[in-house]
Order: sequence, then C-alpha cells, then structure tokens
Amino acid sequence: MTYAASFYLAAPEVMLSVAALILLLVSAWMPKASRAVTIVAAAVLFGATAWTAHLLFDPAYAMGGEAFGGLYSADGFGSFAKIVIYLATIACLVVTPRFFDARGAYRPEYPVLMLFAAVGMGMMVSAVDLVTLYVGLELSSLASYVLAAFLRNDARSNEAGLKYFILGALASGIILYGMSLVYGFSGTTSYSGISIAFADGFSTGALFGVVFVLAGLAFKIAAVPFHMWTPDVYEGAPTPVTAFFASAPKVAAVVMLTRIALDAFGAQTDAWRQIVIFAALASIVVGALGAIGQQNLKRLLAYSSINNVGFILIGLAAATPQGASSVLVYLAIYAAMTIGSFAALLMLRDSSGEQIETFAGISGLSTTKPALAWCLLILMFSLAGIPPLFGFWGKFVVFQAAVEADLIALAAIGIAASVIGAFYYLKFVKVMFFDEPLSTAPEGEAVIADSPTGHWVVLGLSALLMSPLGYLATPWLEGVADRAASVLFTVV
Amino acid sequence: MIGIEHYIVVSAILFVLGVLGIFLNRKNIIVILMAIELILLAVNINMVAFSAFLNDLTGQIFAMFILAVAASEAAIGLAILVIYFRGRGTIAVDDVNRMKG
Repeated sequence: MTYAASFYLAAPEVMLSVAALILLLVSAWMPKASRAVTIVAAAVLFGATAWTAHLLFDPAYAMGGEAFGGLYSADGFGSFAKIVIYLATIACLVVTPRFFDARGAYRPEYPVLMLFAAVGMGMMVSAVDLVTLYVGLELSSLASYVLAAFLRNDARSNEAGLKYFILGALASGIILYGMSLVYGFSGTTSYSGISIAFADGFSTGALFGVVFVLAGLAFKIAAVPFHMWTPDVYEGAPTPVTAFFASAPKVAAVVMLTRIALDAFGAQTDAWRQIVIFAALASIVVGALGAIGQQNLKRLLAYSSINNVGFILIGLAAATPQGASSVLVYLAIYAAMTIGSFAALLMLRDSSGEQIETFAGISGLSTTKPALAWCLLILMFSLAGIPPLFGFWGKFVVFQAAVEADLIALAAIGIAASVIGAFYYLKFVKVMFFDEPLSTAPEGEAVIADSPTGHWVVLGLSALLMSPLGYLATPWLEGVADRAASVLFTVV
Repeated sequence: MIGIEHYIVVSAILFVLGVLGIFLNRKNIIVILMAIELILLAVNINMVAFSAFLNDLTGQIFAMFILAVAASEAAIGLAILVIYFRGRGTIAVDDVNRMKG
C-alpha cells in the first residue's frame, strides 16, 4: 500500500483538515468573514460527503480499503456512517448563523470548530486501531467542549461547556485506561490483532480493560448509567450546538462502539452482551421516564436521545450482521429526525426575539404557525415510532434483529418501554394542537414569522423523509446498510 | 526485582486516586483538572510498562500521543474555566448548579 493510495482512501479527512486549517487562518485575520467561512466549510463538507459516497459505492473499497499500514480503514461501514455524519454537520451549519447573529456572537471560528469535530468523527468511525480511535475521539471531543461554551457571555453555556469538559475528559481517561489494559494483555493495538489474541477468552486483566473501554464509550453515547451529563449539557449549550451534539457525534460514537465491540471484541460476544443489554434497557426506561416531567424542550429532547440510544444498543446486543445493519439504519433515521426537531425548535422565537425553549411557548402553535406545527407533528410521531411514519422502520429493524438473534425478552421489554416513551411525544403534539395559545404579546402572536429558507429546507427535508414517503427509500437503505455491516463479519 | 505487576499496581492506584479526586472533591475545579491529568499519567505508566514488557514500541508511541492530547485538553479546560470564572466569579464545585433536573 503506497502513501498515495492511503491518501486516496483518507481523502475526505485530509480535505477537511486542510480546509479547516486554512479557514482557521482566514478567521484569525478576517473576523468579519463568518458567513463566507460558513459557506466554504459547508461546501468542503459536501465535497467530503461526495468522495465518501464514491468510496462506499466502489466495490473495490467497500469491503476493505485499509490505509496507513492498518491504522485506518475506508470500508463500507465507516463510509456509511461518515456520510450521515457529514450531512448532519452540514445541516447544523445551515441552521446555526441566525441563532448567534441574534446575539451578535457569530464568529468564523464556529464553522472551523465544526470542521475539526467532523474530521475527528470521520477518524473515529474509520479507525481500526486503538491509537487512531483515541486521536479521532479526542479531536472531536475537544472541538465539542469549545462549541458547548461558545456563547462566552452566557452563564448556562459556560456551565454546559465546563460540565461537558470534565465528564468528557473523565470518560476519555476511562477509555484510555481500558485501552492500556487491552494493549497490555493482547500485545497489539489493532482490532484484528486484538480479536485474534482474545480468540479463546479474556483473561481477568483483559476483561477489566474491555469493561473500562465499554463504560467510557457508554459515557460518550450517553447510555444509562453514564447519562447524567446529557440533560444539563443539552439544555445549557446553544441550541444549534445541541442539535449537533444530538446528531453527528452520537452517530460517530455509536458506530465506533459497534465496530470495536463486533470487530476487536467480536470473538467474545457473550462477555460483553450482558453489559450492552443492561445499558440498552436502562437507557430506554430512564430516557422515557426522565422526560415525563420536563418543561424545557431541549432537556426533553436530551432524554429522547438517551431513549433512542437504548433502542440502538438493542441492535448492537444482537451481535449479528442484521444487528449491525439495523444500527446503521436506525442511526440514519434518528439523525434526520433529531436535526429536523431542532431546526423547528430554532425557528421558534417569541415577539421579543428570544428563543422559545419551554412547553408554555409552543402551546397553540397549530393556530399561530400551522406549517411548523404539522412538521413537528410528523417528527414527534416519528420519534415515538408510530407506524405510518419512517421512525417506525428504525425501531422495526432493530427489534427484528433482536428477535432473530433469540433475544425475544429484550425485544419485548423494549417494545413495552417504547410505549412509555410515546407519552411525552404525544404531549408535545397535544400542547401544540389542543392548548390555547398563551401569549404575552399584545396582538396575540407568540411566535414571530421570520424563519429563513435554510431552516425550512432542513425541516422540510427531514419531515419529508419521516413521512410515509420515506419508505420508498427502504429497499435501497437496507441494501446499503446490509453491505456496510457485512464488512465487520468478513474479516474474522 | 521490580516486575510488570508493580507498575500495574502503581498505575491502578494513581487511576483510582484520579477518579476519586473528581468525585470526592468539593472545593475547586482546578483540582478536578489535576485529577484528570493524574488519570492520563496513570495510563501512560501502564502503556510504557507494557511496552517495555512486551518489547513492542506501539505502547510508547501511544504514550506520546496521550501526552500531546493531554496538553491540549488541559489548555481547553483552563480556557473554559477562565470564561466560566469571568461570568460567575467563582470556581467552587458546589456553585456549578445553574441547571438542575
């Protein structure tokens, strides 16, 4: 494998890193150029997406594509996740500027940080070696800490950044400690080497390492019992940043977890399955119950993301090719739903221009802003997994994979718990459609109507995808995800 | 003779001290930053010890990466701490409670 071939495979990340470094210099000298920097960043991300799609659909690379001496792999599994991640990042960039412009706080560093986070996430999902995984994970985390604290003069944003930093750094430390044990007891850091070294069981020390790695990763994906930072960080961070946290980094962390569990530790599925099953059920239940009393919509969506991570982990617990494929399908659908919901949330402002963040603000939305209310209705029903909508499909494939892997009890409990979760999504709809608008504005208009096209495009696309029309994409999505997931099972 | 077990024990003790430092500390966020550094250094001891034990350079290279990342992590942590202090005028752990639920 020559260097040129490695760069060809890693071109999306190389492209993004170079662009981010150049834009960093541009933003240092031209602090007013934030709009131009945002547009360039989105264009580069789009280029990276196109390149990744090329790698995904080229049969020569879809099944392998190891680069840099086995540190990095541009295989179908990583490419699928990267496409979702980059598109989610673009969508977040589109809905961001207005939020910060209203506070006079938009600076060109923001898109640069998003680019660095995107590079880190691309590395994470393509890593087939612990070193690459760690560097990618830290690159995306460090950029995320700064993004959470981006509103420098806002006490809640600072506190969110601080909490995210401390707990994120602790999680990284735990993952690292686990990695050092795994390295010590297997003698290698490459996934394939680890899988061979542990082919006939974990020693006690190695088992400790595996548990530490899984616990740290559970922190990163906000699975119960390591979820306690999520509501605070999601509430405190600026809303566009919350939209980003809930979509792209979550996809990256889950895909990374799936790869390490099924590839590096794939020979010993039974050793970690219990942990994943516990985390899945606990996340579903805590996510559903925790959301019930919430008045703040961002906190509510935080619990919703915890809940969704639980469903994704059910697919991982199956530990079959169908399971891995269902994880990918669920993630793609989940990312689209989440970004749509946050785009809608970003369009809600009261008459004084303040962002609306509570249930009180959206009551009677169907009379004041019917189009927005109907889009939110689709997204909320879809998040709840109600059948004609596309969100149902994600849950369906996950449960199907669990049943086929003989985890019938797990699937049954998951389905029962998803009914509890439906409560607060329905409450969302009830408040929008059946409550009187309680408005403080003189002419009775709680929500001002100056939503720019970008928000509508993101919201419209995601609502369209979640509407029953989304099912037209299922054969295709299913095929791509199945092929992508098969990568993890051929190497062994 | 000092063997690999001694290194693992020392690093485990340092790691536990670091984690306890984060959870038991009720005073100051700077102490938390120090505890995080302690965790990363515990990992480095592990890495280097295993690397020497296994006669394999990967662990030492990994330790270099960890050192570099730890430095940038500390820089970002302190930067966030500074803007936090500007807003609130305190860095006591018990005061980090704007949001509850």
